[in-house]
Amino acid sequence: MVRVTHWLTFIAFVALLVSGCEILISHPRFYWGEVGNVNTRPLFVIPIPASRDTVPTGYGYVMPDQNGWSRYLHFEAAWVVLLTGLVYGIYGVWSGHFRNNLVPARSDWTWRAYRDRIAKYMHRERADRAEENTYNVLQRTAYLGVILVLFPLVIWTGLAMSPSFTSAFPATAALLGGRQSARTIHFFVSWLLLLFLFVHVAMIALSGFWSRVRAMITGQTCNSQRGQ
Amino acid sequence: MNPISRRKLIYGGAAAAASLGGLAVAERLATRYGLIPPDGSGIFGPGETLTYACQRLLTTRTPAREFPRSMISKNPFANEVAPFKEEFKHLQAGGFRDWRLVVDGTVARPMSLSLADLKSLPIQSQITEVACEEGWSYIAEWIGTPLSGVLREAGVLPQSRYVVYYAIEKGLWESIDMADAMHPHTFLTMGMNDGDLPVAFGGPLRLRVPRQLGYKSLKYLTHITVTDNIKKFGSGKGSVDPDYGYSWFAGI
Repeated sequence: MVRVTHWLTFIAFVALLVSGCEILISHPRFYWGEVGNVNTRPLFVIPIPASRDTVPTGYGYVMPDQNGWSRYLHFEAAWVVLLTGLVYGIYGVWSGHFRNNLVPARSDWTWRAYRDRIAKYMHRERADRAEENTYNVLQRTAYLGVILVLFPLVIWTGLAMSPSFTSAFPATAALLGGRQSARTIHFFVSWLLLLFLFVHVAMIALSGFWSRVRAMITGQTCNSQRGQ
Repeated sequence: MNPISRRKLIYGGAAAAASLGGLAVAERLATRYGLIPPDGSGIFGPGETLTYACQRLLTTRTPAREFPRSMISKNPFANEVAPFKEEFKHLQAGGFRDWRLVVDGTVARPMSLSLADLKSLPIQSQITEVACEEGWSYIAEWIGTPLSGVLREAGVLPQSRYVVYYAIEKGLWESIDMADAMHPHTFLTMGMNDGDLPVAFGGPLRLRVPRQLGYKSLKYLTHITVTDNIKKFGSGKGSVDPDYGYSWFAGI
């Protein structure tokens, strides 16, 4: 279950990332508060050409408009993430996956545990025996952060941009400081998720890319195979 | 590797059968309660249908977000419009005195209204946000009369499902379902920020649908057709948007 939901989320996340970038280039300006447009001062501007000629970018050309299918794909992939996340969340609580594999052990709830594990990474020490079939404190914290903070936040800020959803739940936009603030936070949380993806893939590469990917697909590590 | 156990196979088969059955039932129910959008087919159909169905279940009667007067944007952005044709220029030269809004389709009393006729109806105002699908937005005060009043006057027949609306420019049309058409914030808008609605913002007449993105708030409105069968219009997907790749429902 964990593996199936992992790969479904991965496919949907790539779709969200690509379509999100396409949507972004139609207006690569960000604002804070409720409103923002080309007549208001932006918080910051991404220095890329836009896919609309109404946005002053300083470039002499306009990118092709890909918003239509990108928006369709973005929302469909968001449904995949949401429904997959619900299944995973319910399963994770019910099966004890969160408790056993993700919440750090009581004894690791100290700065020292984090510092020691970071030092280990810095010295490129090999993972000890105990870590071969489980996650260490840094991994557990990162995974929980993505599952409990970043994904909920990116879904919340996404919905806070919907004029229909906010008609039912106006607080979802108001609590963030407004629609444009939600859009800006959505952008940064997406970057944090992408940063997680980079580090996640880098760590997999360091510990043997294909053996790790195989393990995540089949559920068998080399150890457990040898053990059987 | 473990061979797949018999128990797993039975559970998996039962789950697959149950989900297929569930999907079939869900589709029947969704069709019956009007939860499938006109563009709810093809590869993006499932996502579009989930979005529209959830919005309909959650937001059929919820009011659009309104803002205090102090939040009205000083420099709203009008966006581009296609160059005006002769017909529009002619009406503009006459101060839009001859502008007509035709209401027909599945109504008991088809009508043709001038701007003066519309202004004699109960006038209301709303301070709501226009949010473009590109990401930008502004807040303005919109003055007009609720579409629901005109539709009641025309006598919408019970089989009606959608309201199709056209701009003066040929080929520019949209539609909304009855829930959005009868929503108290869906306005036939003639004024903006205490003045007449400027031409750049859709004047003399624009349909404001504040719970959907800007492209559903069609500028230069001339014609409304109530219908029980959206498939008869254009390519059958509810507006020109799906033909350009954009979703019919723009609540998100």
